[in-house]
Amino acid sequence: MDATLTNQSENENIWGGGNKPLNASYGKMMMWFFIVSDALTFSGFLAAYGFSRFKYIDSWPIADEVFNHFPFLHGVDAPMYYVALMTFVLIFSSVTMVLAVDAGHHMKKNKVAFYMLLTVVGGAVFLGSQAWEWKNFINGQYGAVETKGGQILQFVSADTGKRVNLSSFAASIPTDRAQHQSKNGVWYVTESTLPTYSLDEVKAGFLANDQLLIKTQQNDEQGHKIVLNREVSINKISQAVHVVEGANLIRNEYGSPLFGNFFFFITGFHGFHVFTGVLINLIIFFNVVIGTYEKRGHYEMVEKVGLYWHFVDLVWVFVFTFFYLV
Amino acid sequence: MAVEHKLSIFRGYLTFKSITQKIWGVLIFLSIVTLIEVVLGIFKPQVLMNTFLGMKLLNWIFIILTIIKAYYIAWDFMHLRDERRNFTSSIVLPLLILIPYLVFILLIEADYIYDVMTDGFVSWNF
Repeated sequence: MDATLTNQSENENIWGGGNKPLNASYGKMMMWFFIVSDALTFSGFLAAYGFSRFKYIDSWPIADEVFNHFPFLHGVDAPMYYVALMTFVLIFSSVTMVLAVDAGHHMKKNKVAFYMLLTVVGGAVFLGSQAWEWKNFINGQYGAVETKGGQILQFVSADTGKRVNLSSFAASIPTDRAQHQSKNGVWYVTESTLPTYSLDEVKAGFLANDQLLIKTQQNDEQGHKIVLNREVSINKISQAVHVVEGANLIRNEYGSPLFGNFFFFITGFHGFHVFTGVLINLIIFFNVVIGTYEKRGHYEMVEKVGLYWHFVDLVWVFVFTFFYLV
Repeated sequence: MAVEHKLSIFRGYLTFKSITQKIWGVLIFLSIVTLIEVVLGIFKPQVLMNTFLGMKLLNWIFIILTIIKAYYIAWDFMHLRDERRNFTSSIVLPLLILIPYLVFILLIEADYIYDVMTDGFVSWNF
């Protein structure tokens, strides 16, 4: 294909209009340049994430301790497996997309439709997995407290070194404190949901149980979180000001608030790309089925949405590395 | 609409008979790379915990493997291998120039802020 230039006059005409100097149609080129700009957007986000990590290099949450759920395995520590599965789902749906593009080159309408459908299903499975991941992240598992300086303190058992659930040690202190709702007071003042246990209950429960220690956000030289001894722990718990369960945009029980913010923002932005990708694939699927591209004589639209879909896969490969592996 | 495909990967070391075969071959390759990443991520060999240029060796391996994966997705799934060289360059070069530049600036700056927070007079761990 590179050998189209045979003489000088053709060389002058090649940029003169009426042909494709780069051997790609206008639509395909614009899809590529959109992808370039979108890739720069995502690299901006991931670079900002890297900025925060290097800023908090000795206190950033450890991914294996945060994302350790697997469906139907309750309480089993299973880091990485689930997200590896999600990666395979997305790469596989990328493969069905290439197969659809290839079938399009051979004008096999039914094959294109079948592979497009498989791609849509793969995308939907990925989105569902992402939602489950978010659910686990938002609900949290153990709970923690936050100090006045914004440091997260987690609770571990002195015997096993494993994290301990707030519900397993919090004392029961009856109180009248109820969530303030705007209908009960000034209409413009409202309050977010109260944690299951009040700060006093957590503190009292912690002091009563000698087997509990506090795990800080800070890493030691080996990259493990530092666990304080009992005396320092008792001193530290007195500085707590909030009970934190799960994650939201203000604070999360895993560590730095930025960790939660970047997780929501980057995986959310990627998930939004997947969602639009599924929608566009669905539209193209219906177009294939009703024979639009058969009439047009070529399946280039399938190729263009294919590029977008592969790009979504490509971004996930990086998100996977920077959020779960590194 | 006949489209020419280049069917060799690994610099011609491996040549497939058809485009469909190549797609499955690349899928197997990408799966193996992901599997290596997951296994390394779970076992975290002690040898790879040494620091090299400000990052653990293990993290360098992860990032290099990721870039390898990205290369094969772009070159084989997105058919960049079959495009003209100047078109490929116009897509890849801006990314290759701008992204390392941005990452370099942000990470150096973040490292500086970390130093300030560690050695400075402001207490933030309370």
